[in-house]
Amino acid sequence: MNNDSVGKTITVAAILCIVCSILVSGAAVSLRPKQQLNKQLDIKKNLLLAAGLLKNAKASKNEIEEAFSVVETKVIDLETGEEATDIDAKTFDAVKAAKDPKKNVRIEASKDIAGIKMRAKHSKVYLVKEGGSISQVILPVHGKGLWSTMYGFLALSPDTKMVKGFGFYQHGETPGLGGEVDNPNWKKQWIGKRILGDDFKPVIDIVKGAANPSSKTFNQEIDGLSGATITSNGVEYALHYWLGQDGFGPFLAKFRAAGGM
Amino acid sequence: MSIKKTLFDPLFSNNPIALQILGICSALAVTTKMEAVMVMSLAVVVVTALSNFSVSIIRNHIPSSIRIIVQMTIIASLVILTDQILKAFLYDTAKSMSVYIGLIITNCIVMGRAEAYAMKNNPFMSLLDGIGNGIGYAIVLIFVGFFRELLGSGKLFGYSILPLTSEGGWYPANGMALLSPSAFFLIGFFIWGLRTWKKDQVELEN
Repeated sequence: MNNDSVGKTITVAAILCIVCSILVSGAAVSLRPKQQLNKQLDIKKNLLLAAGLLKNAKASKNEIEEAFSVVETKVIDLETGEEATDIDAKTFDAVKAAKDPKKNVRIEASKDIAGIKMRAKHSKVYLVKEGGSISQVILPVHGKGLWSTMYGFLALSPDTKMVKGFGFYQHGETPGLGGEVDNPNWKKQWIGKRILGDDFKPVIDIVKGAANPSSKTFNQEIDGLSGATITSNGVEYALHYWLGQDGFGPFLAKFRAAGGM
Repeated sequence: MSIKKTLFDPLFSNNPIALQILGICSALAVTTKMEAVMVMSLAVVVVTALSNFSVSIIRNHIPSSIRIIVQMTIIASLVILTDQILKAFLYDTAKSMSVYIGLIITNCIVMGRAEAYAMKNNPFMSLLDGIGNGIGYAIVLIFVGFFRELLGSGKLFGYSILPLTSEGGWYPANGMALLSPSAFFLIGFFIWGLRTWKKDQVELEN
């Protein structure tokens, strides 16, 4: 048969499409459980790293699971700050929910300082229990950097005013510049910083250049990332958004009132 | 062409990046860390080899009116396969490479070789040509990645070689090495070196 006849062209195209689609979908379906496991483990690992409960970034699966056993996961309604008991914390995915019209909220442009446009109605929060009492409360936060949406975890002290740890687990910022949000030395300076003021409004400030130790507000200042102003601002805005009234504000107020849930 | 020539020519004599000037874009994007370079190189070798091989097998049945689409479909499927496998078995590295694995689809080397070589040669030789060109690409990537990671972050494969001033050492990191333009300079140096060694690659003056 002539290669360029219409019949042959359609036959070749059809066979090729079928073979390729079987290959691709076969791989996608058969590898999905493993990929999802990896993803969940990665999120757990980053949460533990942000909270300082895990030191080794190359920890094995068992080490991660063991360290994670002190963490209690809850799903809360962001608007009321109440726990949403009807949602299973194991299957809830805030990133997916933020895209689902039934489960998301459009953020008004004037309030949307984090640049995320939509957010899920609910969010997970993580409580770290050590020796019978809550030692940290960990909040998932995200916001727009220069190129990408950055997803991270913020660990707070039980009075919610102080940072216990902070780190991003997913972002696409420029390596070496904005990507330095992953730099351990940069992340280290967050520990012990004051993030909420006495009126429980966010006060954390990422300054241009290095924070001045003699400044009165030094304990709420973080060094800016050099060459990455937009990423630095993105981090600051994301935290201000998520700790504000539109974010975890109501939850944190309830949490404090209950003396740590 | 002999087997040896097909396999080894693309390494230096007919390097896809340095002489054919293909695939420059990804050589800029993924070369800030050696670990990413190695994964990317391996992925490109596998994809180029297999796409060349598959295209060559069906080369006598590909209608010329849709041949580019056929090549593209094969390449895209192979790239998605590679991406899925990396996500399942090398999650951390795959995560750090984000979209760039997917962008192998747009790497001119893969399609360039399918169109220029695999359409006219038998599957075995096409496979070798794919491996050769993949390695040729890898050599440049490793060269660029070596200097970018060393000068930009004072590390190789994530291990500290030159202790950085920001971490209490003596080496002030060269921020430009981490930006894309530095890869252009390094590829330039590579081509310069190569053409000093192999004078026949120097273009004649018009």
